[in-house]
This record gives sequence, structure tokens and C-alpha cells, in this order.
Amino acid sequence: MASLELIGVKKRYGAQEILKGIDISVEAGEFLVLVGPSGCGKSTLLNIVAGLDSATEGDVRIGGRSVKEEHPSERDIAMVFQSYALYPNMTVRQNISFGMEMRKVPKPERERAVQEVAKLLQIDHLLARKPSQLSGGQRQRVAMGRALVRKPRIFLFDEPLSNLDAQLRVDMRTEIKKLHQRLGATIVYVTHDQIEAMTLASRIAVMRGGELQQLGTPAEVYSQPANAFVAGFMGSPRMNLAPARLVEYADGPALGLALEIQSGDRLKARIPLPAQPAAVRAYAGREIIAGVRAEAIGFGGGRLNGHRRAVEASVEIIEPTGADTLAVLLVGGREFTARLGPDFPLKPGERGEFHFDLSKLVFFDPRTEQRIA
Amino acid sequence: MASAAWESPQMVKGRGSRLSRAVIYGLLGFFAFVYLLPLVVMLLTSFKPLAEIYAGNMVALPRQWTVEPWVKAWEEVCVGLLCRGIKGYFWISVKMTFFAVLISTAVGAVNGYVLTKWRFRGANLLFGFLLFGCFIPFQIVLIPMAAVLGKMGLASSTTGLVLVHVVYGLAFTTLYFRNYYAVFPDELIKAAMIDGARFWSIFFRILLPNSGPIIAVTVIWQFTNIWNDFLFGASFSTGESAPMTVALNNVVNTSTGEREYNVHMAAAMIAALPTLMVYVFGGRYFLRGLMAGSVKG
Amino acid sequence: MAAGRTPSMPGARRWLQRNLPKIVLSPTVAASLVFVYGFIAWTTLLSFTRSKTIPNFDLVGFLQYVRVWEHPRWQVAIHNLFAFGTLYIGLCLAIGLLLAILLDQRIRLEGALRAVYLYPMALSFIVTGTAWKWMLNPGLGLEKLVQGWGWTGFTFDWIVNEDMAIYTVVIAGVWQASGFVMAMFLAGLRGIDDEILKAASMDGASAPRIYLRIVLPMLRPIFVSAVVILAHLAIKSYELVVALTGGGPGYATELPSTFMYVHTFTRNELGMGAASAVMMLLTVAAIMVPYLYSEMRSAHRPAH
Repeated sequence: MASLELIGVKKRYGAQEILKGIDISVEAGEFLVLVGPSGCGKSTLLNIVAGLDSATEGDVRIGGRSVKEEHPSERDIAMVFQSYALYPNMTVRQNISFGMEMRKVPKPERERAVQEVAKLLQIDHLLARKPSQLSGGQRQRVAMGRALVRKPRIFLFDEPLSNLDAQLRVDMRTEIKKLHQRLGATIVYVTHDQIEAMTLASRIAVMRGGELQQLGTPAEVYSQPANAFVAGFMGSPRMNLAPARLVEYADGPALGLALEIQSGDRLKARIPLPAQPAAVRAYAGREIIAGVRAEAIGFGGGRLNGHRRAVEASVEIIEPTGADTLAVLLVGGREFTARLGPDFPLKPGERGEFHFDLSKLVFFDPRTEQRIA
Repeated sequence: MASAAWESPQMVKGRGSRLSRAVIYGLLGFFAFVYLLPLVVMLLTSFKPLAEIYAGNMVALPRQWTVEPWVKAWEEVCVGLLCRGIKGYFWISVKMTFFAVLISTAVGAVNGYVLTKWRFRGANLLFGFLLFGCFIPFQIVLIPMAAVLGKMGLASSTTGLVLVHVVYGLAFTTLYFRNYYAVFPDELIKAAMIDGARFWSIFFRILLPNSGPIIAVTVIWQFTNIWNDFLFGASFSTGESAPMTVALNNVVNTSTGEREYNVHMAAAMIAALPTLMVYVFGGRYFLRGLMAGSVKG
Repeated sequence: MAAGRTPSMPGARRWLQRNLPKIVLSPTVAASLVFVYGFIAWTTLLSFTRSKTIPNFDLVGFLQYVRVWEHPRWQVAIHNLFAFGTLYIGLCLAIGLLLAILLDQRIRLEGALRAVYLYPMALSFIVTGTAWKWMLNPGLGLEKLVQGWGWTGFTFDWIVNEDMAIYTVVIAGVWQASGFVMAMFLAGLRGIDDEILKAASMDGASAPRIYLRIVLPMLRPIFVSAVVILAHLAIKSYELVVALTGGGPGYATELPSTFMYVHTFTRNELGMGAASAVMMLLTVAAIMVPYLYSEMRSAHRPAH
């Protein structure tokens, strides 16, 4: 297993800049997920790592050595594609051993390797079949088998689960995670599905418009998004982002900060805040964007303490999911999605008291959309 | 007469009244008759002795079936000054068509592969440049080609004709393969590259084995056009080295002596049989070839 | 560890691999340059020279073009091209469309019928010409057949009639090509969503109305394609005339293509032959270029 470094990678197609300078370093054995909306450049970046595309500027280093000039087959990588890319005219056995054939590995050795991998992925009974005779999940495993048999330094996955139905997708996700644990492989995985990203990654790289928005662990990306885009993209339901005003008020002898939320001429909501770092205090009297996750909102008084504040809100919509209830609340005229218990009693139109866990609040600058704190 | 407030959708396609169905079938049958008539007439005439032709009419069944016209056409009929039948010319056509189809298809396949899977700047422009050859009236190249063939010592030779047909067939074969490979999944190519396959391995191990349909279409199209060609054959070959179509024209249009219509028809049938057989057995691909040529780019 | 990387292939082989696509393509490109573009240039050059039996490079401006246009045979050829062309295209379109609409009505034996209408395209023009020449033979063909049925006054000697001979070419040509037009229209008709027709029916439109107002307009691109292809075939048609009438009687069925051939190979007038060929090319270009241009424009316009 090897490490991977992307250093100042840029990609231009004529006048269009697809990648605007990407710097990422992946340690050996890490599972890096590149996630972002379509068109963000993640697949292009993966192709550049693979050698299927070349960077206009910048370097790609595997195991400390630059591979920029090397042909894909010389980089000691393996790739699993969204459409599996199994050769339709070959049997499963031939599909898996094709790479070895190209490298002139002698037949007995090829046979052994194929058997080993087939047993591992439980496809040994399918070796004589052709791809058209396999189900989606089976094809996926053959594609993985083809990658495994190379014993590469790095595994690349290009949206491998997008073509599977929902249940199968969950099963395969677990398979891939098991593989990572068992082999300790360095994996670079591209997906547009942020749930996949969260569940599989040891680190996530969020991309948008050819630029890296944030590189961090799932927890970091989830709770401390670097900007409003990451906040809205990761997590389902997305983080609640509300434009608000930060005001100072007299709190006894000291000055406290409160959040004022108002939309149109609805009732203004005022939420006093606990002590905030200097960066936030600098925004006193100004517009700000407040972000809070659905889980940080709860129903009822609960145990109010330093950072839990009671807020009144009216219920717009309820979506019971079985395990919990997602409720869209109106606070100060703005919508907030809350994740509440499965036996949430209120109906749409009713008002109630909710509590917000303000320690989970994050703030963004309204103009730059970067996180303040 | 009571009628529905609006006619059911079936009126447009399918179950109409019995009268309209009868009319439809009647028309179709009439046209089928008209389309088949020349073929039937040719066949009937080719099996009749000459006397019957002069005595009877063209759709009358032969009272005395004879294959003599066919034998005569194959072995004895006069083409120009030689009276050795058309078999020699038939074989010339076979040789010429075989090599021309083989080479133009093979080169077209590789061209299509390069133009779609090895994107380089100007690939599309180059394709347009090559495509032009599909549209030119070939009269425009006759004079220079005759001169060049003469200089190369290939005037009036099968090799010369093969060269001509390959050169002018390349535009079509490249078009067919290019359009087919354009929608061939790129990921298969990528996977093969990662597996270590290079330029030729990808072509022979991945693309070609999955190209059955387009090879059939291209081969049938080329075969039909090259076998049926007359213009190039007439312009670039003389006498004994002429292909089948030229020989046939020669036979039919000689105005010396008695017109042996039955032999002429037999000769025409012999000339038509190869492409007709290909049509009968490969009709689906024949049609695709026709349509592919009409749906551009 | 050595700094820098080790190239995995020696320089020359690398260059070969990187440029292999272009190298592989070059024979075809070269062939096209020489045999298509080069030859067109050559012929065009010849059309401006005094060449007769052999090429001669004395430039004489447009002399040959003038000679061609003033030639009575060329004038007949042009007149024939129009007469033949319009009838050929018109009849092929009409019959092709009719057959396609009929076949689209869920007919039994549709496959067989389609095969029957299309097979003439598989035949050489020479074979087609031979067959029709025989059928239209005044003494022994259609004329005799109909007379034999009792209609003794029937004459059908168009093929030897100076004024009517060109129409025999139309008959044979339409017989050959209308099946192709039918196939194009049938494919187009099949591509029309049934639901549109159902909606129209529910709106109260009758069958003929639906065809006229909805179906035919949707087939317009096919009309255009068909016209372009048929015009192309008409301009190129050479073998058909040669086999059917030999250009005759006299030169009553002369077309630009036969004119060109005769003057180049038989009458030793290379300059005139070249000029007529160039004019054929220009006519084809005048049709194809706008068509291709509009096709490429619309191909670059689709919603993304």
C-alpha cells in the first residue's frame, strides 16, 4: 500500500478550467472519498490519478514518486468503474485475468490468482459465465475481483454503487468497507452520494467547481463545515442555514449576544447566545448566517442548561420516517428542519416549545460564506 | 348514420373498417406486383427458348423450360470480340469485390477506432474532411484516376480496380465504424488501459470482438456497392479484365445479329444473384447500412 | 532512493506509442488528400485548359465551359436532368410515403412486403436497366402483353421515342429507389409517439387530418434527407441510362453524367469532359453543403 499526493493539480480544456489547483495528501491505508455535485471535477481528478487523463499543471505522486509520465498500467493501480466495464466478449475468468495476460504472467500463476480472488468474493461458481449472464451485484463483484487480483498499491473507485438498487447499494457498501479493513488498502473513492462518503471515508474531500472546499474527517466535515456549501451539501437532512442578525443586548452588567431571526414581517425570534469567541463577537450588529443541524433541535423543555435555549416555533410539515420524525419548523418566519422522536405529538399549524443546542451552532459570513466559528 | 363523436385512436393505425383494410391490402398487393414484375419477367424469360419469346408475351410461363440460356450466358455468350461467356468476368468481379471489401472494411474499422477513442485536437475536423468523399460525384475523379492508374501500370487490371474501390470506399466504412464506436462505452477502454492493453490490444481484444453488427453492415454495404458498380469498371478496365457489370452491359447492348433475349436475361440474373442473396440473408444489415448513410454525423 | 523518475520506455518507442493514432490514420488522410481533393483540383485545372485527347496545360479560361453550354447535347442533358430529377424525386417521395403509411397500419406480412419493396436497391443499375429495357421493349414487352389481352390499339414505345424516352428512365429509377424512401419514412413514422396520436384523436381530429396536420410535419426532416439523397442519386445516375437507353434514341436521354463520360473517353474532349464534371460537382455541392451545414448546426444546439 502506498501514499498518494496531489500537488497543485490543475486541468484545463481549452478555455475551461476544470480543476483549479487541488492539493490533497492521502496516507497509506487511508480511505479518501472525493464527493461533490456533478461537474465538480471529482471524476476528472480520479482519471488524472489513474493516468487516463493528464494534468495541465501539478504533480501526482504515489509512494513518494511522481507518476505523471507513467502509463496507467504502470502505476500499479486498479480501478472499479460505475458501469463495471466488464469485457462483454470474455468470461468472468478471462475478465479477471486479462490484466495479468497483458503483463505476460504465466498461465498457472494466473489461474491461481483468479481462484484466490474468486473465493474471496464468492464468485467462484460464476467463472465460466459471461457478464451478460450476471446480476448487477455479481457484476460489481467481478469488477472488484479484477481490481483485487492486481494487488495494486492504490484502489480507485469511480461511483461504483450508483447503478445498484438501494438495498444492494447498502450491502455492497458494507462489502467495500470490510475489504478496506481486511486489506488495509489505500482507497480513493468518488461519489456524489454524501451518505456513502460519510459511512466509508476516513477522510472526505468535498469539491465544487474544480476547487477543494474542505478536507477532513467525516465528523469535522459534518459538524464544522468550512463553508455554507459544505454545510448544505453534507448530511441529510441538510444543515439548517438561516440568515440572521447578531445583536448586543444588556444582560445585567455585561453585554450579551443574541440571534435575531426574521423573515418578512413575521414575528421576530430572539435567541440569546452563550459566550462566543472573538471572531463571532466581531460581527455584533451585523448580518450573519447561522447553521444548526436537525439533530440539535429537540422538542419540549428538556433539560435547559447553559447552551440549551427554549425557542417557540410553529410546525409546518411532519415527515415520519419510522425511526424518527422530521419536522419543518418556522422560527421567526424561517424554516428549520428538526429531527425529533418518532412519537412527536404536534400537528402542522400547531405551536410548541422546542430547545436548540446552541453549542452546535456554526456561523458563516453572509458574503464569503466561509465559516467564522 | 350515427357515428362516434370522435373517431377512436384505432382509426389512425390498425383496426379500421373492413373496406379500408381491403383497400390497404389491395394497394399494397398492387405495388408488390409491380415491384416483383421485372424480376419475374427476367426469370421467366431466362428459361424460355427464343422461339417462345417471339411468339408469346413476357409474363407467359415457359411451355418448354430450358436452362440452355443460362449455360450459354455462362460459357458461350459474346462479350465484345471474345465468345467465352461471362464466367471469366464473374470471377474477376468476385476477386475484385473480395479484396476491396476486405481492405476498405479493415482500414475503416481502425480509422473509426482512432477517431473516437484516441481523441486528439482536430479529430472531428479530420472526420469531416474524410467524409467529403462520400458525396462527390465520381465523374470528377475519372480523368485523373485514369492517368494515375496508367502511370502506375495498373490500367485495366483487377488490382487497379481494387485500389479505386478501396480509396473511395474508405469514406463510407470510416463513417460507419466511427458512428458505431462513438457510442461504444469509454469505460471499457479505460479498464483495458489500466489492465495494460495498448493501442492494438485494445482494438483486437476489446473493440473488434464486440463489433459484429457493424462489420456485417459495412461488409454488406461495400459488397453491394462494389459488385454493382459500373462507372469505375467501365472507365478503368477494358476487354478481358472487365468486371461483371461491364460485361453484362456489353452483352445486352450489342446490336449485332439476333437478339438472344433469354441469354441476356440469364446473364442479368447471374449478375444479380450475389447481391440478391446477400440481401435475402442479410436484409436487416442491408437496411441498417442504407439508413446509417442517411442519418449523418 | 533515486531522485526523479525512471522512464519506463525508451524515447523512440514512447514517441511511437504517443503518435500511433495519427500514424495509423495517415494513409487514409493521404489517400483522401490525393484521390479526392487532389483529383478534384486536377480535374478543375483541366477544365480550364485546351486538353483534347491528352492533358495539355494551355490555360484558356472558361472556353471549355462555354463550349459545353453551347453544345446541343448538353442542353438536352440539362433539360433532361430537370425533367428526370423532379419527377424522380417527386414520385419517389409520393410512393415511398404512401407505402410507408400503408405499411404502418399493422399489416400482416409487413416484413415480407418491406423486403419486396426494398430489394430493387440491392440490384445493380445495369441489371435494373436491362430488366426494364426488356419490359419496355415495344415489340416484345409490355406493349405486346397488353395488346395480347385485347387492347390492340395500345402502344408503349416510349423507350424508342425521342420525346418520351427520358420518362422510361424515370419509371425504372423510381422503381429502384422508392423502396428506400419508404424505409426512411417508415422508420420516421415508427418514431412518432403513439400518445401524440391518441391525444389528437381525443381532440377530435379525424385520421386524414391527423396525418396532414401532425404526422407529416413531424416527418419534415426525413423529407429533407430524402430529397437530398434522391437529388444526389439523380445527378450521379449514369448506369441506369446506359443500360436502359444507351443515352438514346440518339441523345434524347442524355444526362450530364453520360455527356461527361462520352466526351472524356470516346470523343477525346478532355477539357469539355472536365468542365462538365466540375459542373456536376458544383450542383451536388449546392445541395449538400447547405444541408450538411444545417445538420451540423442543429447537432450543436441540443439542450444539455
